[in-house]
Amino acid sequence: MLRRRARFPWARFLHRAFVALMYLFMLCPLIVVVWLSFFKDAILYFPPSGYTLQWYVKAWANEAFANGFVFSLQVALLAAVCGVVLGVMAALGITRYRFAGASSVNTMLLSPLLVPGIVAGIAIYLFYLRAENTLDRDIVGTYGGLVIAHVCLTIPWTVRLVTASMAGLDPSIEEAARNLGASGRVAFMRITLPMLRPAIVAAALFSFIVSFENLELSLSLVGPGHTTLPIAIMQYLEFNLDPTIAAVSSVQILLLGLIMLVTDRFVKLSQVV
Amino acid sequence: MAKVTLESLHKQFGASVAVADFSLEIADGELVAFLGPSGCGKTTTLRMIAGFLAPSAGTIRIGGKDVTDLPVHKRDTGMVFQRYALFPHMTVAQNVAFGLEMHKVPAAERDGRIRNVLDMVRMASLRDRYPRQLSGGQQQRVAIARALAIQPKVFLLDEPLSNLDAKLRLEVREEIRALQQRLGLTTVFVTHDQEEALAVSDRMAIMHDGKVQQVGTPDAVYERPANRFVADFLGKMNFFQGGLAEGGVFGTAKGARIRVANDLAGARHVGVRPERVRLATAPSGGNALPGVVESTVYLGSQLEVRVKLESGEAILSQLANGSNGGADAGVGIGGTPTQAGTRVYACFEPADCVMFAD
Repeated sequence: MLRRRARFPWARFLHRAFVALMYLFMLCPLIVVVWLSFFKDAILYFPPSGYTLQWYVKAWANEAFANGFVFSLQVALLAAVCGVVLGVMAALGITRYRFAGASSVNTMLLSPLLVPGIVAGIAIYLFYLRAENTLDRDIVGTYGGLVIAHVCLTIPWTVRLVTASMAGLDPSIEEAARNLGASGRVAFMRITLPMLRPAIVAAALFSFIVSFENLELSLSLVGPGHTTLPIAIMQYLEFNLDPTIAAVSSVQILLLGLIMLVTDRFVKLSQVV
Repeated sequence: MAKVTLESLHKQFGASVAVADFSLEIADGELVAFLGPSGCGKTTTLRMIAGFLAPSAGTIRIGGKDVTDLPVHKRDTGMVFQRYALFPHMTVAQNVAFGLEMHKVPAAERDGRIRNVLDMVRMASLRDRYPRQLSGGQQQRVAIARALAIQPKVFLLDEPLSNLDAKLRLEVREEIRALQQRLGLTTVFVTHDQEEALAVSDRMAIMHDGKVQQVGTPDAVYERPANRFVADFLGKMNFFQGGLAEGGVFGTAKGARIRVANDLAGARHVGVRPERVRLATAPSGGNALPGVVESTVYLGSQLEVRVKLESGEAILSQLANGSNGGADAGVGIGGTPTQAGTRVYACFEPADCVMFAD
């Protein structure tokens, strides 16, 4: 060890430098965005003539952003909850019961990850139009329609994480509970579900994030008065290029970062993902 | 506790028969070991008694009551699993409390019962630990306490010692036997380890290919195996193929003549345990087959000597270290007759010969 260190001091240095550069590369966009949000000038100008908080005030005053933020929050929460419940049930079905086509069902549930968001968005849009004709009621542009689409987006995360976690469980633990007098339902609720908790918490977190920041899928499905934050940002960008966007993004980064930190306190994410 | 009755139990998975026509009555307070190689159906039978598997045919009674169609959680069996199967998110005490809660034991009574069973397995001081903080032996003790806390009618053990190391295996084995005797537990103990089964059971059921080969006390099964599978599976056995030549004499296929105590018409094999075969330089006893020492294996407490008989057959002799020393003119450990190439007589009594029809 000593000898190696003596012979290749530059190797260790290179390794560290590489790691540091990788982190910088990943964090750079975030850092720049946050930095820009404090620039004084309305037109991006480098170096800035001064710093200010006015863009945060402006962003909050902009109704499209404030409403979009609240709307996105609602959609993401609901989509995450529904997606996790459905995803856990699907994962249980796939792992517990040997039925013909179990693996194709698994692949199908994961497929929303494979289809480009814009394509999936248009496909769902066309499906909704057809459904509107048949059912004779509004779906496109409604809150429910958007949530259902986002649930499709969140299910793969839950299925993936919970199936992996289920595979690692010893089936005799649930059997022991049944043997001790617990019915199948009680054994599941009291024993199996708590053992799946880390996977479920992680799944909820990722579902929320995936839904909250989704742009492409939502694009064709939102209606007037129902605009998500990413869409509000995009619409604003069509006509403006001032640091308000940076301020909005900074708030979003802060929020998601906070959620991840809080989650990590309860469940070590690195152990699940 | 209660007696357990299996009546013509049968289990089939698709086309393959896992358990065929298994009938057995386990008396109140008796420990029966199911012994056999893997895939013989012993665990399948245990899981049918517990209710995890439904038999394809047959009846299971616990305490005289037909439980064949009763779901797992209403059977009142206490099961111990090979991999402990403790609830990882609960402490030792909570693990034990779970079954009591499920059986609606009043909260006031629970704590006393938890303390009681944990005392029995010497785990009371670790009641607030989590399973991951315990060693394998400690985890299995908790699993035993957890199963016994609900005061089951039957105690079921599925290879409970297989995941423990050799020394611990012995310790927990003795503990299980002592508990079982003290509490008078009707117990089924599944194992693939013959020494374990011999040491712990009142009776053992030897299984092979889904069929019960023999049921009996350990000494009965060992001394009077019902067929060649049992004889070969339990310990070692020298087999000679052939047939009865005349009354009391078995002629082997290669021409050796072995005197036997009990005639069995139509016998096709005769067997003798290696520890019943003595080696001597001069013929003695009921049978003395001449031969030459071929090889010797030193096993510490024993010496295993392989002798090539003049008839061409081979016979194995097991000598306890130090036993056969002076008495037989230097035969034994360090004595010349155990060296390869030495001419010896393999001596054994007609009463030690077992005849097999298969």
